[in-house]
Amino acid sequence: MGYEILGLPLIYYLAMLGKVIVVFLFVLLTVAYATYAERKIIGHMQVRLGPMETAWHGLLQPIADGLKLFFKEEIIPSQASKLVFLLSPFIALVPAFIAFAVIPFGDTIEIAGYKIPLQIAAYYDTAAGKVIDVNVGVLYILAMAGMGVYGIVLAGWSSNNKYSLLGGLRSAAQVISYELAASFALVAVFMLSESLSLQKIVADQAGVFGWYVWKQPLAFILFCICSVAETNRTPFDLPEAENELVAGFGTEYSSMKYAMFFMAEYANMVTVSAVAATFFLGGWQGPTPWPILNFVAKVYFFMFCFIWIRATYPRYRYDQLMRLGWKVFLPLALLNIVVTGIVVTLFK
Amino acid sequence: MLGAYLPILLLVVISICFGLGALVLSSFVGPKKPSKVKLQPYECGCEPVGSARERFSIKFYLIAMLFILFDIEAVFLYPWSILFKKLGMFGLAEMGVFIAILLVGYIYIWKKGALEWE
Repeated sequence: MGYEILGLPLIYYLAMLGKVIVVFLFVLLTVAYATYAERKIIGHMQVRLGPMETAWHGLLQPIADGLKLFFKEEIIPSQASKLVFLLSPFIALVPAFIAFAVIPFGDTIEIAGYKIPLQIAAYYDTAAGKVIDVNVGVLYILAMAGMGVYGIVLAGWSSNNKYSLLGGLRSAAQVISYELAASFALVAVFMLSESLSLQKIVADQAGVFGWYVWKQPLAFILFCICSVAETNRTPFDLPEAENELVAGFGTEYSSMKYAMFFMAEYANMVTVSAVAATFFLGGWQGPTPWPILNFVAKVYFFMFCFIWIRATYPRYRYDQLMRLGWKVFLPLALLNIVVTGIVVTLFK
Repeated sequence: MLGAYLPILLLVVISICFGLGALVLSSFVGPKKPSKVKLQPYECGCEPVGSARERFSIKFYLIAMLFILFDIEAVFLYPWSILFKKLGMFGLAEMGVFIAILLVGYIYIWKKGALEWE
């Protein structure tokens, strides 16, 4: 191989750079066009046309929106805690983008005799002859989901605005409640996969009937609903309930700082869609013989469901939301673990 | 091991640069016309009453504490879930006891009304 840095061949660094840039651009473009798709789909579901003015059928709308936000005034309220106020958009945005790193989006490919696994946080060890990835990938995703909460709660607190504070607190309580139910729901998946490495979890789900959704339907449903709640989307968008809290934690944010929260929300949507596709629908394994196409199609399917749900359901009340999380989902997820344990032990 | 974590670091750097770049660019091209009223916290257009740094409902603290308790229990389940096929009946029985204890605590907080929002 020749030249090495830190014991890794030069081509490793090239592959890493390539993967990171491709995935970053993929998430960014998906985020931009998810906003367009959302307005278009909800428009058509409500017998409207949605954006039509910028280019053919409004195709350049996300770019126009982004540019508009650039030319808006940055307002930092005089009573705000400046440093935290500036920092919290980053705390929301960065974990949302980096959570994608452990998700495998395709099979191992070979370029110039060097094998590259299509997962950012993974590489092919030529000496050991196998793919090495982050073996606690699942914990990493859950940790990043937890980090995002800090961005929102700090934004709410630092704005020194009553609506922001209430929005931030509501959001924190909601996200941690549902994260709990989601992490209990996922335990049942790991009982089948016997690994926290996402490479292994995807490898286990070969063939459409090997998908974990058939073996763990309850965990799948629980995880999907918890994902909607964790990303603060309708019908669980209480933190930004505009008729009671103006814009929740984002009330005082303007210009690019607002855009960063907005992008974080959509990037989180992309990530949880990818996570759901990886844990329950076989990731890149499955129906067609083209791994990347499989993966992207599944992610976009979940994204479409997010938008569809928003167009269909009215918002929950806060006490109903907390009751659902703590009194329904948590016991159901526990029950699922116990039943899975008994069934697997008896019929293995 | 390093090889698997290095790309995450690169992604962190790229995301931070992206955010910083957007922020700096918009602070150059955006207008700046601050006024005293504009910089006040928004309160439906009225004069803000008091400060937002007030006491808030104890419920939020309670939820945070319950979350920590249950999340630690979830984290205990993770290593077990990976090994449980190898542990067989013994592992299942042991985890049954663990979940039963967890359930007792859960029923207690439910009966105490810690999960009610009034």
